[in-house]
This record gives sequence, C-alpha cells and structure tokens, in this order.
Amino acid sequence: MEGTLVTIKLASISLLLGFCLGLPMAFGQVYGNKVIRGIISVYERIARSIPLLVILFLIFYGLPAVGIRIPAFTSSILALGLRGAAYQSQIYRGAIQSVSGSQMRAALSLGMNRLTAFIYVILPQAVRAAIPPIGNEAAIVLKDTSTVYAIGVSELLRQGHYFISTGSDPMTIYLAVAFIYLVMTIFIKGLLALFERKYRIPGIGIEGES
Amino acid sequence: MSKHLLRVENIYKSFGDNDVLRGISFHLDKGETKVIVGPSGTGKSTILSLINMLVPPDKGHIYLEDIDITRTRDVHKIRQNIGFVFQDFGLFNHLTAKGNVMIGLTKVKKMGKKEAEEIAMEELRRVGLENFADQYPAQLSGGQKQRVGIARALAMRPKLILFDEPTSALDPELTGEVLNVMRKLATEGMTMLIVTHEMGFARTVADELIFMEDGVILEQGLPEKLFTNPEHPRTREFLFKLTDLYNEGER
Ligand SMILES: Nc1ncnc2c1ncn2[C@@H]1O[C@H](COP(=O)(O)OP(=O)(O)O)[C@@H](O)[C@H]1O
Ligand SMILES: [Mg+2]
Repeated sequence: MEGTLVTIKLASISLLLGFCLGLPMAFGQVYGNKVIRGIISVYERIARSIPLLVILFLIFYGLPAVGIRIPAFTSSILALGLRGAAYQSQIYRGAIQSVSGSQMRAALSLGMNRLTAFIYVILPQAVRAAIPPIGNEAAIVLKDTSTVYAIGVSELLRQGHYFISTGSDPMTIYLAVAFIYLVMTIFIKGLLALFERKYRIPGIGIEGES
Repeated sequence: MSKHLLRVENIYKSFGDNDVLRGISFHLDKGETKVIVGPSGTGKSTILSLINMLVPPDKGHIYLEDIDITRTRDVHKIRQNIGFVFQDFGLFNHLTAKGNVMIGLTKVKKMGKKEAEEIAMEELRRVGLENFADQYPAQLSGGQKQRVGIARALAMRPKLILFDEPTSALDPELTGEVLNVMRKLATEGMTMLIVTHEMGFARTVADELIFMEDGVILEQGLPEKLFTNPEHPRTREFLFKLTDLYNEGER
C-alpha cells in the first residue's frame, strides 16, 4: 500500500526534523543563557498549545496569504516536525537533567572539560533515559500523520478513504487501516524494547541483577 | 619560596551575604595527611571546592607547588593533579568499575586502552576490588563504590587527593573498609586532605588536624594535642562530642 509508505515517510522525516531542532533546543534550555532559554520556552509553549490541525492549516492555507506557498507534503512535515521539536526538546532536556549534577562535577574533577564530560558521561546516560519517551513520541507522531489527510496528502487514511469511495466496504477498509497503524506501533514498541535491552545498565531496572 | 605542595593563603569566600570563609590559611606537604573537622555548614566543603577550582575565592590565593591556581587559566590541566573523592561517590553509572577508573586515563590523559586498563586493574587491586572490575556501580555496595571512587582518583596519579566526608553516606558497618584503604594510602605516602567526622581515624591517621568553625580555623596541630590538650575550649567540646558519637564507626 502506497499510503502506508507515505505515512512512514511522513512520520520518520518529521521525527528527524523534530530531533534536529529538538536536541539543540534542549541544549539551549539546559546550558543556554536567560535570553536563549526564554525564547525556547516560549516556542515550546506555543507549539504545544496549538492543535496540530491548526498548525497545519496555518502553514498550508495561511502562509500563501503572505506569499509563501509550500506543497502539501512539505507543509505536513513542517507542521509535524515543528510541533514534534517542542516535545522532543522537552524529552532531551528531562533526560539531560535526570543525570545528576554530581556526575558533571566528578567528570570535571578528573580534568575533563565540559564538552568531553558531556559526550562521555552525561550523554550516554541521557540517551538511555530518553529511549522510552522517544518511543512514545514516535508512536504519537505516527498516529498524528493521519491529520494531514485534511490537506489532501494521500497517506494511509486518505488512501483508505479512496478505496471506500470506489465502492469498498467502509468497515473493512477502516479496520484494515487501523490494523496497519497497530502493526506499525507495535513495531516501534518492539524496536524500543530492543534498544532498552541493548543499553540496559546492569544493576539498574527490574531485571537488573546479573 | 616554600616547599609546600599546597598552600592556602588567607582565603575569603561569601555566597551573597553569607560569609562562608573568613581568612583561611594552611598548607600541606608532600606525603602529608591532614584532616579538617568542624560542625556542618562551617565551610569545609567550600574549601575543597576552591582547591578543586570549582568556585573562585573572593580574596586570597591557593598555590599548588608554584602555581597560583586561583589565577590560572589551565583549570582542566591542573585538576588532573588533584584527585577528588565525593561523599556521594559520583561514580559514572553507565560504566563498570574498571570503566570508571579508565575514563580519566583515556579521555583526559589520552592513554591507549590497553595501558589504561592495566593501570585501572592495578588501582582496583590496590583498593581490594580486582574481582569487581566488571561490575556496574548499581551492583556494588556503598563501601565498594567509594573504593572505586578512590581508585579512580588514584589512577590519575594526582599530587594530592581531596576527600569530602567519604564515609558519611555509608552504613556504619561499611565505613571501615573505606577508612582502611585511606589509612593504607597514608602509610604509602599519598598526600591527602580529608574532611571527615570519623574522629578515631583522624586521631590515628592525620599528621595534623585542622579544627574549623564559622569560616575560620580555630586551631590546627598534632591530633594528639588537639584531642588531649586543646588551646581552644570549642575544640575540646567539639572533638569530645564527636568522639563519643562516632566511637562505634571506627575500628
Ligand atoms: N554554591 C553555593 N551557593 C550558595 N551557598 C553555598 C554554596 N556552597 C556552600 N554554600 C553555603 O556555604 C556554607 C558552608 O557550606 P559547606 O562548605 O558545604 O559547609 P560544610 O562542608 O562545612 O558543611 C553553608 O551555609 C552553605 O549553605
Ligand atoms: Mg560538607
């Protein structure tokens, strides 16, 4: 099904965009000065307060009014990615902050500079803390790609709709669509569990003892 | 001008209107073990943070050999020469005991993995943990964690090691193993500056005792003198109280 592919493309590209914007934003939130922190937190607040559909309409129908015309697919990526950046930023910030300050202090005491300490001490622990919420975020973005149906991108849901309009039974088609979403979400969950197991630190977590 | 390894000269430090240190001076010679004691909130940890260049003093100087470390720009370079052992261990949770000891060697001293591993094992052996090299911090007891913390500091071959209440977070039955390692280091000639409430340890291991209260050093000298014949009544009061309190912890 082409629609499934479009959905996967939408989800993965916008997640990537969210990552590319969200990670620097998290840095700014944790290590930046007041101005940078202020700007980022305003952005986060706004991006998280507006419904996705409204962001989408603003980009696709609103921007042409000021002379910026963006194709439907790109608009969808932008909407999902810009909103996702706000959520991902929060995830990374939480993960970085979950690594206690005494770890940085200990790293500095060995003579590391802040960057080295961040790369070899803070980041490896933060990544682990970020895996579960990122999996969550990925599943949410995947499901939310269905919203872009509204501006005519032929992703999974719209394609299902198309089949119905050509005479297929709605119940069958929508169940099929639901099933495909389910499979993809389960796949993400599985991937996540794999990562968590791979990067599990012995002694921490439920099955900790070795 | 002097042969002292560490020279702390007339240090003042305030946080806001909280005058934490008000004219602290002392020095440490190579191979010497000095113990700082005093009530909590007196500024003991602040002194160690100053020596580790984590905070700058308002006034005064600290010299490591001939370098004024309160004025230097080579902070990271100099910190390699000063080990730090933390009350809460500060072990890197994602690394094994060996990994914790190695990381300073590989990432700071840019040592090869093999050489770093050899040194790490050597230092783990020194603290009696060679059989725990592949365990992660969460799999170790508090006493073992702290011994890894000491091995990590030792591996950098520092000129001196600072200890900030290294046994305060430990169950009483685990303090002994850490104190024994420190005692061994003292006899091996390691230079150490130790903040602790373990009076038995202070009395038997310290070359000199520093008694601090309210941001000043009230008295410093031989432990025996401070314990048996202090000049300052506050010294007597404090040491006696703590000796009673912590008697059981030390063996
Ligand atoms: N970074 C800081 N900012 C503000 N106040 C601090 C800071 N570090 C220490 N203090 C204050 O300095 C005083 C001495 O603290 P500390 O050196 O930790 O004492 P001690 O180790 O003797 O218990 C305390 O009143 C503490 O609140
Ligand atoms: Mg303290």
